[in-house]
Amino acid sequence: MLKQYPTLRYILQRGGWYFITFVVAVAINFYLPRLGSNNPVKIIMGNTSQGLSSEAVKEKEEKYLKEFGLVKVKNGNIVRNEDGSPVKASILEQFISYVGMCFKGDLGTSFQKYPKKVLDVIKEAVPWTIALQLPTILFGWIVGNVLGALAAYKRGIFDKVFFPISLLLSSLPFFVFGMLLVYQFAVVWDCFPAMGGYAGDLIPTFSWAFFSSAAYHYVLPFFSIFLIAAGGQAIGMRSMGIYELGTDYIKYAKWLGLKETRIIAYLFRNAMLPQLTGLALSLGTMIGGALITEMIFSYPGLGMAMLTAIQNNDYPMIQGCTLLITVCVLIANFTVDILIGFLDPRVKAGLQIGKGK
Amino acid sequence: MKQFLTLFKSPMFVIGFSLFVGTLLLALLGPLVFNITTERVGVQYAPPSGKYWFGCDDLGRDYVSLLIKGLQASLYVGFLAGIIATTLGTLLGIYGGFKGGLVDDIINMVTNLFIVIPSIVIIILISASFSEGRSLTLIAVIIGMTAWTWSARAVRAQSSALKSKDHISLAKMNGANTFAVITLHILPYLASYVFMVFILQVATGILTEAAISMIGLGPLDTVSLGTILNQAKNNGALSDGIWWAFLPATVIITMVVFALYLINTSAEGVFNPRLRK
Repeated sequence: MLKQYPTLRYILQRGGWYFITFVVAVAINFYLPRLGSNNPVKIIMGNTSQGLSSEAVKEKEEKYLKEFGLVKVKNGNIVRNEDGSPVKASILEQFISYVGMCFKGDLGTSFQKYPKKVLDVIKEAVPWTIALQLPTILFGWIVGNVLGALAAYKRGIFDKVFFPISLLLSSLPFFVFGMLLVYQFAVVWDCFPAMGGYAGDLIPTFSWAFFSSAAYHYVLPFFSIFLIAAGGQAIGMRSMGIYELGTDYIKYAKWLGLKETRIIAYLFRNAMLPQLTGLALSLGTMIGGALITEMIFSYPGLGMAMLTAIQNNDYPMIQGCTLLITVCVLIANFTVDILIGFLDPRVKAGLQIGKGK
Repeated sequence: MKQFLTLFKSPMFVIGFSLFVGTLLLALLGPLVFNITTERVGVQYAPPSGKYWFGCDDLGRDYVSLLIKGLQASLYVGFLAGIIATTLGTLLGIYGGFKGGLVDDIINMVTNLFIVIPSIVIIILISASFSEGRSLTLIAVIIGMTAWTWSARAVRAQSSALKSKDHISLAKMNGANTFAVITLHILPYLASYVFMVFILQVATGILTEAAISMIGLGPLDTVSLGTILNQAKNNGALSDGIWWAFLPATVIITMVVFALYLINTSAEGVFNPRLRK
């Protein structure tokens, strides 16, 4: 099947595989929060039902049960037992209605910010997360790779100083590094704000005051992620570079007497492959990557939204965030697989003979 | 065993090893030297003094006691998670790589599936659903159960390369069963590799516990280095400039993980001659 089009076949194959993974991920996302004995409706009722009559409470409870897909619904009405109590939906039925809702883009309603939709909360938070992460990841990636490549190629004293430092940097838990920055720059020296994405008395608008305030609040979170990201990339690039330096094709190129710049060009083309993969992957984990950094800086992104959700047992919100994170990671992985298919000569050769994985 | 002794010739390894042994001793012998108590002993956020070296926390508890207990907890999580992840990963990886065929395909599929699904998502979802009775052991088990995947993939690659070696065929011809071949003829070759995987898994376990506690999903039954940091953040110790609430815990976590990374990197250098120069 599709023998003539190995590339297309490869893409379809990978796509099918990622679809299966996606289904499993959704199932996990659905099932795990139901492991504990938490009844979402009880929690939300506890928050909102004070001072209501028992009739009103019952009505409200049934409305929630319906909304969270916990009871059977037919033509928009709750299916009832003979005594009038609603028929509970089985776990499979709940799952089916959950999947149906997800595909419609409905991630449910937040408990804590009821009746706000989870999707709306996420929509407000995601731009902040992307604004914080995207430039940081790109910059960190570039700087880290250049340093790592230098360390691999030069070795010697440069490597001896630089390598332990990046190792130490990357063993510092990244969120702790953020705390240290806050302490030193925001508390001791008091030159940068410790919390928030912008000054508390401003409202996000397209104004100079807002942007300058946002930029000012951007500095510390940026550096807390940037340095760690660059350190990690540098370590990866260094060992890839060293590995490639020892391979046969480099030795062969040297024996042929090729110019050094030429050899370095070959070297980096091959060493870059896994690094590119790493870049795509970290862009995929971007949404979920800075959860804790955001929490430390009370940055108004997804991490903060998730933290408040966790603190308030807001399951639909937690589930919405985790689903979003998973989907982004899956998309990134799929993209990487396709990219590798085009970029890696080994995979490409395999495809052309028709033995592609 | 001999290859492990050569490790001690690497200065990087010696530094990492001594650092790690130092933290181990602190965790194990600390309670003998210091009077460990989680009772209230001083005022809220009492600054460091001769009596309480690292001051007191928001409840007036002595930080030296908390840090030693926290270190014990973090090491416990690291080792338990590391053992679970490495054992699962190694067994599945070797078995799949050696057996091949359908078993291998299934193991491979499950591994790839769980490599792609971010483990932090699974950890958050499980921890969040246990809002009561979330113990340190439970957290370690969750971390271990989600971290085995990449070690399985790595070990599988190694063992399927070994599969076609002559001494394996010879052992099979002599009638050795799968179990004997794996334990006697494959595992010894992978020992150094599994050792490095284990070290990294321990480090990952410690870091993951700290991260999960930082989010507020940490153990409820004990102090860990992560919960100390979480409290410092939640109670505003960070923005009030109370450095003893988070700096010592930070330094300890970093030291342990750095020591483990040093051990791993130096072992890589010794076991993989290409990196030597």
